Amino acid sequence: MLKTVRDLFRYNLEFALGAILILIVFSFAAASFFSPYPPMDSYVVAPDVPPSWAYPFGTNSRGQDVFWQLTLAIRNSLLFGLSVALMSRILSLLIGLVAGYAGGITDRILMTINDTFVVIPLFPILVLFFFMMRDNMSWPMLAIAMASLGWPYDARLIRSVALSLRTREFTAMSVFSGMSTRQILVEEHLPYVLPIVFSTTLNNMNWSIGLEVTLSVIGFTNIETPTIGTMIYWANQHTAMVAGVWWWIFFPVVLVIMTFLGLYLLSVSMNEYIDPRSRLTRMGGQG
Amino acid sequence: MRTYALYLVRRFAQFILVVFIGINIAYLITHLTPVDPVEQAISSVTMFGQSSPEMVEVMRKTLRELYGLEGSAWEQYVTFWRRMATGDFGPSLSAFPTPVSTLIWQALPWTLGLLVCSTLIAWIVGNFLGGLAGYYRKNSLLKALGILAMSLQPIPYYIVAFILLVVFGFLWPVLPISGGAEMNIDRQGFAFAGSIIKHSILPALSLVLVGLGAWFIGMRSLVSNIVTEDYVTYAELGGVDRRRILFSYVMRNALSPQLTGLALSLGAIFNGAIITEFVFGYPGMGTLLVRAVNAGDYSLVLGITSVSIIAVASAILVIDIIYPLLDPRVARS
Amino acid sequence: MNARPRANGSADVMLDVKNLRAYYVTKYFGTQREVRAVDDISLRVGRNEIYGLAGESSSGKTTFIKTIAAAIRPPLTVVGGSIRYSFLDRDIYKLDRAALSAIRWRHLSYIPQGSMNVLNPVRRVRESFIDFALPHMDLRKQQFFAAIVAHLERLQLAPGVLDAYPHELSGGMRQRIAIALATVCRPDFIIADEPTTALDVVVQKSVLELIREAQREIGSSMIFVTHDMAVHANISDRLGIMYAGRLVEEAPTAEIFRSPKHPYTQHLIASLPRIGDLSAKRALTGAPPSLAEPPSGCRFHPRCPLAMDICRETHPELVTIDPRHRVACHAVSPVVRPDRVVAAAAKQRTGLVQ
Repeated sequence: MLKTVRDLFRYNLEFALGAILILIVFSFAAASFFSPYPPMDSYVVAPDVPPSWAYPFGTNSRGQDVFWQLTLAIRNSLLFGLSVALMSRILSLLIGLVAGYAGGITDRILMTINDTFVVIPLFPILVLFFFMMRDNMSWPMLAIAMASLGWPYDARLIRSVALSLRTREFTAMSVFSGMSTRQILVEEHLPYVLPIVFSTTLNNMNWSIGLEVTLSVIGFTNIETPTIGTMIYWANQHTAMVAGVWWWIFFPVVLVIMTFLGLYLLSVSMNEYIDPRSRLTRMGGQG
Repeated sequence: MRTYALYLVRRFAQFILVVFIGINIAYLITHLTPVDPVEQAISSVTMFGQSSPEMVEVMRKTLRELYGLEGSAWEQYVTFWRRMATGDFGPSLSAFPTPVSTLIWQALPWTLGLLVCSTLIAWIVGNFLGGLAGYYRKNSLLKALGILAMSLQPIPYYIVAFILLVVFGFLWPVLPISGGAEMNIDRQGFAFAGSIIKHSILPALSLVLVGLGAWFIGMRSLVSNIVTEDYVTYAELGGVDRRRILFSYVMRNALSPQLTGLALSLGAIFNGAIITEFVFGYPGMGTLLVRAVNAGDYSLVLGITSVSIIAVASAILVIDIIYPLLDPRVARS
Repeated sequence: MNARPRANGSADVMLDVKNLRAYYVTKYFGTQREVRAVDDISLRVGRNEIYGLAGESSSGKTTFIKTIAAAIRPPLTVVGGSIRYSFLDRDIYKLDRAALSAIRWRHLSYIPQGSMNVLNPVRRVRESFIDFALPHMDLRKQQFFAAIVAHLERLQLAPGVLDAYPHELSGGMRQRIAIALATVCRPDFIIADEPTTALDVVVQKSVLELIREAQREIGSSMIFVTHDMAVHANISDRLGIMYAGRLVEEAPTAEIFRSPKHPYTQHLIASLPRIGDLSAKRALTGAPPSLAEPPSGCRFHPRCPLAMDICRETHPELVTIDPRHRVACHAVSPVVRPDRVVAAAAKQRTGLVQ
C-alpha cells in the first residue's frame, strides 16, 4: 500500500500534482481549528482591508477575516462533499453489485432505472426542493437529497466491475463451496470493487461540492452556514467586485478550483492505476 | 426495418420512463415536504398589510384550487398528471394573470438556442481535437491542449461562467455581460440578430469551455483504445491512407459511444445552461427559475422543473432516433 | 520503387531473414523489462513456397510475423538482424511510412487471424476494398470494381457481399473476404497469421482450400503460421518449428512428419491424433518458459526428456544435418561431444519405443 503510493507519487505526474493540491486544501481546512476568532462573527476586524501581513487574504465588508473564514468554509465544503459521496456510495454499491451479480431481468430493471436517473436534470429538482423547504433547509438535508440523486453514474461503473467478476472462476468456486450471495458479495467481490469505489468517491465529491457552490451562490441553500458557495454569495450580495474588494472573491475561487483539480487528478491517476490494461503492461505481460 | 421499429419502441419506452420518474420525483418533493406552498404564499402576502380573516380564507381556498392541492392524495396526484399532460400549469402568481405556460414558452427558445449551439460546438470541436490528440499522441500542441482540457473539465459551470463574468465585466469589458439582446433595438433584422449573438457569446463560451474539456478527454481515451482494435491494426498493415484511418476508422467508430455520452450528459448540460443563464442574466429558463423562486411562485417553479425534465427527455429521444444512422449495428441487436 | 531482385542473393529466395532479434522493452512505474520474443532467427522462403511456422502460444511466432510484416510498434523493438525481401533492396523495418505503404498489398499482404475483426464495423465491405486495394491498383473505379467482382467470383464469393456490413456476415464469410482482400492485388508475398484458428472444422477446411487456391493462382510465396500441426500437414511445403523465441527445427513438411529430430517436434507430432491409434498421448510436463527470464542453455531443457548437462550450459546452434533439414539440439547434432550424443540417441530410441 505505502509502496504503491510512493510509486504513484514518483512516476505519475497527475497523482503527484493532485496529492499536493489536496494536501494544501486539507491543511487549509485543518487550520480552521486554530482560528483566533469565530469566523462567522461580523465586525471582529476592520472591514475591507486588502491582503497584508496581518490579514493575508484581507478582510471583507462584513468585518470578517477572509483567511480564517475561508478555512472554515473549505472544511464545511469538503465535509459536505464527503458526506454526500459516502451516502451515495452506499446506494451505488448496493445497486451496482446486486445488478452485476444477479444479472438477467434484475439487472435490466435496475439499469433501466439507473439510466433514467442519470439523465433527469437534477438542478431544477434541487431548486424545487429548496423552494419547498425554504427556511427548513439545512445542509444535512441537502446532503441527503443530493446523495439520493447522485448515485446512478457510479452504480453503472460498479456494476460493470461486478459483471466481470461474476464470470471469473473464483465466483463459481465460492458458489459451489456453499457461500451465501451476501457472503460472496462482501467477502469476495468487495475487495475488487473498492479501488473503483474510491475513485468514484473523489469524482462524486467534486460533483456535490460543485453543485453546492452553485446552489449557495444563487442563495438556494442555508446561507448562514459558511461554505465556499455562501462566501461567494455574500461577496456578491455586497457587490465585492464593483466595490474593489476583489480578495473576497479571488481567494475562495482559487481554493475551490484547487480542490476540484486535486480531486479530479487523484481520481484520474487512480483510474489509470487500476485499469487492467495498464496494470498488465506494468507487470510486463504481453498479449 | 422491423428491428429499427423495435428499437424505436424501446427508446420511446425509455423516454416515457424518464418523464414518469422525473415528474414523480417532483410530485414527491412538493407533497412530502413539510412546507405548505399555500401558507407560504399567504404569509408573504399578509406580511405587508392587514387582511381580514375572511379574505385570507378565500385566498387560501383559491390558492389550493390553483395549485391543485384540493381533495385526497390520489385526487391530487391525478390532477397533477392531468395538468402535466395538458401543459396547463395555471397562472403565474408573480406575473398574475399570465399563464405559467406562456412565460415558459417565452423563455424556452432562448435556452434551447443557447444550449443547442453551445452543445454542438463543444461536442464537435471537443471530439475532433480529442480524436487528434488520441491519434497523434506525441504532438506537443495537442498535449498542451490536453492539459488545458484536463484543468477545465472538473470545474463546475458556475465557476467558469463567474470567472468569464469577472474577466469580461471588470478587467476587459468588451462584451455584454447581461441580458439576451439590447433593449432599445428593433426586434427584427440583422442588428437584432447581431445583438443576440453578441449577448450569447459569454454564456455560450462558458458552456463550450466546460463541455469541450469533457469531450476532448473522453474522445482521447476512446481513440487510444480504438487504435488497438483489429480493424485499425489491419488497416495500418494494409497501408491504408493515414488520414482515412484517422477519420473513417478511428474517429468514426468513436462517434457512436460519444453520441451515447452526449445523450447521457444532456441532463447535466441542461443544468449548466440554466446556471450560466442566471450568471449572465440571459432571458431563458434559468433566469426565470431563479426569479420564480425568489418571488415564491409555486406554479412557475413546478412548471419549469417539469418542462425541464420533458425537454431533456425529448432531446435524448432525438439523439436515440438518429443514433442508428451512425452505427449500423444498433438497429440489429 | 525498389522492386527488383537482389543482386547478391539467389533470385529464387523471396524472403531472407538473418539472425533476427526482436524484444519487447517495457518501462512502467519504474520497472524496465525485456521480453525476448524473437531471439536469433534465420530462415528463407523460396518463390512459390508456403513456409509453415509452428509452435505453441508465446513461442514468439506472432512477434516474428509482426516483425517481418514491419508492424513494429513500441514496446516491440528490433534489436538486431536483417529481413530482406526480394522486391526490396534493404531491410523492411528500416523503411519509412510512405515507402512501407507503397509496398503493402502490392508486394506484401497479410491474412489475419480468423478470430479477428479486421473489417471496419461501420463501413460496408465495398469501402474496405476501396481503402485497401484501390491505391495500389492503377485502375479507375469502374474497372476496379469489375476486377474486384471477377476476383470474388474466382474465389467463389457472391459479389453481393460488397454491400454488406461486417456484422451481417458469418465468421467464415468474413474470413473469406479477408482472404480475397489480401490477394486482390496479387502480392508477391503473403503473411498468414493463424487464418483458420477459431473457425469451426468444416469452415476451416474450405478456408484452407481457398488460401491454397488463391496462392497457386497468383503464384505468391507465403508464410503460414499456426500451432495446428494437422493444418500444416495440409498446406505447408516446408515447416519451421519455434520454441520460446527460437527456431528449433526446419525441414520439408513430409520430412518433419516422417522423421522429426528435435524432441519438441517429436512431441508435437506424437500428440497428433491418428486413426486407429489407441495409445495414450504423452503430455509434455511443465509450461513454456517466461521469455522475460528464459532458461539458460537450451530453452527447452526444463521440459526435455533427453536433457543433458550441456543443455543447461550452452544453447545449441541450428545445424544443417541434411541439405534441407536443420535442427538445434545437442542430442542430435554430432558437433559437440560425440560420446554424449550416442548415449542420448540410444535413450531417445528407447524413449520413442515406450
